[in-house]
Amino acid sequence: MLNSQAVSETEEKVKATGSSRPMKMVRGIPWTPVIILSLFLICGIFGSFITPHDPLKTDLRVVKKPPFFQQAGDVKYLLGTDNIGRDILSRIIMGAGVSLQVGFAVVVFAGALGALIALLSAYLGGWIDTILMRITDMFLSMPYLIIAIALAAVLGPSKNNVILIMGILGWAGYARVLRGEVLRMKNADFIKLAIVARAGKIRVMFQHIFPNIVNTLVVLATLQLGNVIIMESSLSFLGLGVPPPEPAWGSMVADGRVIMSMAWWVRTWPGIAILLVVMSSNLLGDWLRLRLDPKFRQL
Amino acid sequence: MNSNDTILAVQDLKTYFYTSRGVVKAVDGVSFELKKGETLGLVGESGCGKSITCFSIIRLVPPPAGHIVGGKVLLHGEDLLTKSEKEMTGIRGGRITMILQDPMMSLNPLFTIGEQVAEPIRFHQRLGKFEVWEKVKEMLRLVHIPSPEVRMREYPHQMSGGMRQRISGAMTLSCQPEILIADEPTTALDVTIQAQFLSLLKEIQEKAHLSMIVVTHDFGIVARICDRVAVMYAGKIVESAATRELFNNPCHPYTVALLNSLPKMEVKVDKLYSIDGQPPELHALPPGCSFAPRCPSVTGICLKEYPSQKEITADHYASCWLHG
Amino acid sequence: MSSEILLEARDLTKHFPVTKGLIFSKKIGAVMAVDGISFTINKGETFGLVGESGCGKTTTSRLILILEKITSGTILFQGKDINEMTRDEFEHYRASVQAVFQDPYSSLSPRMKVGKIIAEPLIINGGLNAKEIEERVASLLDLVGLRKDAPVLYPHEFSGGQRQRIAIARALAPDPEIIILDEPVSALDVSIRAQIMNLLREIQKKTHNTFLLIAHDLAVVKHMSNRIGVMYLGKLVEVAESEELCSHPVHPYTQALLSAALPSHPDIVRELIILPGDVPSPLNPPSGCRFHTRCFKPRAICSQEIPPLKEVSSGHFVACHLD
Repeated sequence: MLNSQAVSETEEKVKATGSSRPMKMVRGIPWTPVIILSLFLICGIFGSFITPHDPLKTDLRVVKKPPFFQQAGDVKYLLGTDNIGRDILSRIIMGAGVSLQVGFAVVVFAGALGALIALLSAYLGGWIDTILMRITDMFLSMPYLIIAIALAAVLGPSKNNVILIMGILGWAGYARVLRGEVLRMKNADFIKLAIVARAGKIRVMFQHIFPNIVNTLVVLATLQLGNVIIMESSLSFLGLGVPPPEPAWGSMVADGRVIMSMAWWVRTWPGIAILLVVMSSNLLGDWLRLRLDPKFRQL
Repeated sequence: MNSNDTILAVQDLKTYFYTSRGVVKAVDGVSFELKKGETLGLVGESGCGKSITCFSIIRLVPPPAGHIVGGKVLLHGEDLLTKSEKEMTGIRGGRITMILQDPMMSLNPLFTIGEQVAEPIRFHQRLGKFEVWEKVKEMLRLVHIPSPEVRMREYPHQMSGGMRQRISGAMTLSCQPEILIADEPTTALDVTIQAQFLSLLKEIQEKAHLSMIVVTHDFGIVARICDRVAVMYAGKIVESAATRELFNNPCHPYTVALLNSLPKMEVKVDKLYSIDGQPPELHALPPGCSFAPRCPSVTGICLKEYPSQKEITADHYASCWLHG
Repeated sequence: MSSEILLEARDLTKHFPVTKGLIFSKKIGAVMAVDGISFTINKGETFGLVGESGCGKTTTSRLILILEKITSGTILFQGKDINEMTRDEFEHYRASVQAVFQDPYSSLSPRMKVGKIIAEPLIINGGLNAKEIEERVASLLDLVGLRKDAPVLYPHEFSGGQRQRIAIARALAPDPEIIILDEPVSALDVSIRAQIMNLLREIQKKTHNTFLLIAHDLAVVKHMSNRIGVMYLGKLVEVAESEELCSHPVHPYTQALLSAALPSHPDIVRELIILPGDVPSPLNPPSGCRFHTRCFKPRAICSQEIPPLKEVSSGHFVACHLD
């Protein structure tokens, strides 16, 4: 380590690895998840323009066609068709829109509600805190899926009901974590000085505290997105989610169940789609967590 | 007490940190000598490299970013930078010890005071169980902890900041080290406690024939307990001299500015001298003298070449183009 | 600097209750953070409050800023008792008392632009339109020596010293009568401290603000203050003009404190007065004079009676039984 050769060797080695390890892990944007999610986002937004076929159109002449790389497959129907002749690829593209719509709507709804409750609870304190936290605990202890199923059965399957149900069940997780953040910030100097400048409680909560918990909120939301999509897929799979004929990945997986042995592609492609989106959002959320707050404790 | 033996000689020490923003030359060619029984003050502001210099001496520079890339650290002529890690663990705590700034952090909250003072004794010396405890009590008495037999069984949280710092002192002294490095030892202490602790340090130094390196940003501490001073800026020593000589005759513009910018109890001034600008970014140092951008006496050559060290008067060195 | 009293504390007391029990909490004691202190601050002066940890100086500042509720005693502002103020008068008091805190890194909202931070007191006060606010922010930035493009930047783009300037600009925004400076320079690099201290004095000359300065560095307090008050364990033990206090300290604690101050030159040697023991717990302060357990000239009466703050010479007050 002491002669010039060793110095330059070290410098070379260090430059090659892009300096000390923790920094390297955090610096580079995780391109794979970002690209995958962007692709699905494009599908979600512009779906109707890029589907090769009408996803709702049935064509009994081309039922159960295998993907293009198999014998009897057709390049026109790249991923094959289902049991009533609908193009799988087109349905996956449209389904992306459904899944992502539901996903974003739920995380925004649950996140906003959770953040609001966390702010009121932690900043106002006292009995408001006690009551709100007991309610939060109640929601956290509920068996999510079972209640979702029950509510969906009662309310009937529809996209809006799905969003509503998952939003109502999902805010508690955000509230708990964000409450911790707010509590920590409550005694910071800049809050005290805002009070000295005669800022009222509302101003302090929304102009001082909230902007500083947005980072955590975004990380939580990104990590939750995967969960929501799985949940929505599960509900659709059970027939309680987005109703047909609107293509939802979950119901596509359900549809393919019956003819699995003969037409594996009908449920495999939507399954892979779910896998890719959930994994990507988890990886992105993890990276965001490290990037935005290396001292992140709660998760 | 002050003999002419040099027990520690640091020669052209360089410690660099490789970060994503570039190479930070935290210590960039630092040389000084420590004589037996002497107290050397390393003074400078945050980021000047004084703490890293000390960590480099005992080879505790944090990897993977930090590397000691050059120089020698000679303890009685032996270069510490070439020693194995095993040999260094024998030296750390044994021959060279360190007190850190925050007494809360230096002590383990889960172990009693007695246990913690005993640990270095058990590691470095072969003593029987009873002898270890006697030594612990002796150390606690040395640092003026009252009723050591009782205090030994207590935990750090039951003690005040001043007492914790004294216990840190006891831990470092238990193995009769030759050199004590104190890194901002009183920054977290109250004024009266600080004064007592500094007196204690001096007392221990005399009793144990210690040589000390005191790292601080406070010239008051330097004035109180240091025999020699080295002023650091941006990883280099810009001036070094005997304390009295430095206060009476500061040569480097940074030293001059710093001394003039301090409010003094004894002299009333209307306006303090203030240095323009900010301390430099260590990964992007300007060419030439690092202090040039803020120097009131800057000249052309200052911006091009770093001045070499010159002896101004006996044992008074400075690196400045104003002085040759 | 007039001798008109701007702010007066009368028997100001703050006890923090210590409770035990989870559901039905019972008060088992109280931390006597501030225990009946009285002092005046004159308009235009800098009043320094010194003392070591636990003496109550920070709590005092929080009481004046209404960040903590007063347990007993009161504050008079421009002659009016705050307990008897109307709502408007009280709001005026709040706007007239601003603060700068120690840590420049936690004093500014991280996600607010600097312009908004400084403008906030003005927005809350109302009465100025957007253009007027912008102009005032610009003039404040000029006053504290910050660059003109600062309003659109975020705090993390500034150094510690610059952030403290932003904090000062924000404190000055509502044109306060008094600014509480709580360790304004101790978290800054040594070479920056002089800049900020000079800035504060310059501002005071221009705007005739009154300062309450809290600091542990005696040299800083002496340099900046006209008068100094010394606190120990919740009580005010001595108040005098800076020069007088430092050259003729009467209270034994003040004498010990001054003897412990670090010299500015190696030839200055002070006889260190060592105070035996530790600072007693504020949960259970000593009877009578709080300092008697560590005093080097105690008398019998010291443990029995609390000494009142008495004027021993013009403007020089001491709470000690020794005279």
